[in-house]
Amino acid sequence: MRIYLDHNATTPVRDEVAEAVLRVLRDVPGNPSSAHTEGAAARTEVERARECVAALVEARPSEVVFTGGATESNNLAIFGVARAAGTMGRHLVTSAAEHPSVEEPLAALEAEGFRVTRVPVDADGLVDPFAVAAAITPETALVSILWANNETGVVQPVARIADLVRARGVPLHVDATQAIGKIAVSLDVVPADLLSASAHKFNGPKGSGFLVVRGERTLAPCLRGGSQERGRRGGTHNVAGIAGLGVAAELARRELDDRAERCASLRDRLWSGIEAKVPHVRRNGATAHVLPNTLCVEFRDTAGDVLLEALDGEGIAVSAGAACASGSVHPSRTLLAMGRSTAEARASLRFSVGHGTTEAQIERVLALLPDLVARVRTLAGPT
Amino acid sequence: MSERVVVAMSGGVDSSVAAAILVEQGFEVIGVTLRLVGDASRCCSLDDAEDARRVAENLGIRFYVADYSDAFRREVMEPFADSYLAGRTPIPCVGCNQRFKFRHLLERSRALGAAAVATGHYARIERDPASGALSLLRGVDGRKDQSYFLFDLRPEQLAQIRFPIGELQKDEVRARARALGLATADKPESQELCFVPDGNTAAAVERLRPGRAPGTGEIVDEAGRVIGRHDGIHHFTVGQRRGLAIALGQRVYVKSIDAARNRVTIAPGASLGESGARVSGVSWVAGSAPDAPLRATVRIRYRHAGAKASVEPQTSASARVVFDEPVVAVTPGQAAVFYDGDVVLGGGWIDGGLA
Repeated sequence: MRIYLDHNATTPVRDEVAEAVLRVLRDVPGNPSSAHTEGAAARTEVERARECVAALVEARPSEVVFTGGATESNNLAIFGVARAAGTMGRHLVTSAAEHPSVEEPLAALEAEGFRVTRVPVDADGLVDPFAVAAAITPETALVSILWANNETGVVQPVARIADLVRARGVPLHVDATQAIGKIAVSLDVVPADLLSASAHKFNGPKGSGFLVVRGERTLAPCLRGGSQERGRRGGTHNVAGIAGLGVAAELARRELDDRAERCASLRDRLWSGIEAKVPHVRRNGATAHVLPNTLCVEFRDTAGDVLLEALDGEGIAVSAGAACASGSVHPSRTLLAMGRSTAEARASLRFSVGHGTTEAQIERVLALLPDLVARVRTLAGPT
Repeated sequence: MSERVVVAMSGGVDSSVAAAILVEQGFEVIGVTLRLVGDASRCCSLDDAEDARRVAENLGIRFYVADYSDAFRREVMEPFADSYLAGRTPIPCVGCNQRFKFRHLLERSRALGAAAVATGHYARIERDPASGALSLLRGVDGRKDQSYFLFDLRPEQLAQIRFPIGELQKDEVRARARALGLATADKPESQELCFVPDGNTAAAVERLRPGRAPGTGEIVDEAGRVIGRHDGIHHFTVGQRRGLAIALGQRVYVKSIDAARNRVTIAPGASLGESGARVSGVSWVAGSAPDAPLRATVRIRYRHAGAKASVEPQTSASARVVFDEPVVAVTPGQAAVFYDGDVVLGGGWIDGGLA
């Protein structure tokens, strides 16, 4: 049996979700934009899912835009707001530890002549809300901040950031992809203007995500075509994927407290075991508020990618750094932004628990890990 | 549990078949592609990794891509450029094999609990049943033999290396790949250096060391008379005759390159023969230098059939090679590899002729 500890990369689909996806694929053939009965049935599926997503993040259903995933949501938020801002909004603010699906659209706008301010993070990966606010200028079109970091699990003080940014009259986009299903994500508590997420990070299907756009904000669409999603995202709906997203959202809302508690207990056991059994380790983001399921550990003088392969050979799936197109591993941008050296960043592994993780699995990892680390430590690895 | 072996899979047919042979022999094989050239705009290395992945899937083995692009640039590509800028014609593959590829692969294999590393090189390793001593031999396919690039491997490295296709002809390798339905069966040979896919080394040197390439300089004859101009010494190799746009009424060759004076000396073909070579950085497969001069066939570049010579060890790491007959194009930076028939005795780096 494999032990899957990479739930921040993607999660297994819950049975309830798979059943919904299959049911829609089989029994709901219509196009939600069609006027006839089949169309209406498909539209019902989409709108039911919209209500589930809205309930999960405490927004209005009309504010939910379905997309192909968080990358598309982030692109739509950033390009959509920047392109709608006109010539007065040629400045954007973000942090130095963002996901590539935020960083790359911003870099593309930068190449077009926009100015981008990247607020640094501290040694724990935290961004200072006051530094974010201080970066805002009269030209700022958007502030975009990652709610919880995919690699370290560090949770940013988004509520404070939202208060400060809104007080300056600038829209805030939060990428909540890793936060959803792990901690409470409420747009009542964190009054952001745009919020991105993806179903497959919380036991939904891949290729299905959403962007919440609060109020009547004008957004320039990235995908132009039909008038689906109020003209903000053309293209026939992925009805089955959206239905699966809806069920996953409903499960996440109902189970949130139980999941968080269960994951935190497994994660804490893993960390206390590693700390006790493996010398020369340190936890990244140690003193920050971290997602309950995530543990990012630096095993000093190891190569994380080799440790990953050694664990994989023992049936254990974890993550090291950021995977590139070929599947090879690069040092994490987040850890470098936290001031880690390349060697330190390379020596870090991410364990992320979730649905299906058991105590027995954690004990098995703890039984194997010390020897594997010792074996990998004998080599210098790529630098 | 069967013995684990790590196979370096380049995405070519040779390493694909090497992996397949080890699977047939019952080893637990782990395929690793070393990503050496990190330039994202160059897609072929990515395609090669995908080819290797398809083969690994076909064989049912674990497979990983290991990124060494930063270290490769620093330890192989940049020294290569610097060597050209110093007027030499480097052969980076030898140092890459010994100090880079096999070192990293062996380290990785230990971490993965593997006993050995295998590659798709055309070469053989034999163990003397009596003494246990290891020998490095030419591959059975003489035209594909790659032992020239491997002379520098240390005895302790050879002990942990396997060359599964060393006993095969290239045709047999392709036939096996086809029989197994491997995606790489009919893939064309890779030519040139892996990081200079277009063969334009001068452009590669300029990319690697921007602003450092020398400008135009003089082309002189053996008497020092200026007979033309060149656009940078890194465009030239000792022994080269193509690209010398000079009408002298006879065939001319590059005789020497003087980096300090940014000057290329040319000579008619007849005066190019060297009676021998000074060789440094010498290593001996047996582990130490022989006490007395020995007779050998010496290859002075990869495509050189070899010349009869006496090899006279000077120190533990240097030697004089005295050819029986003068040899053309003794090129500083290239390797001189000493053979006794198929057996690699050792080799080193050419510093220049004996004169």
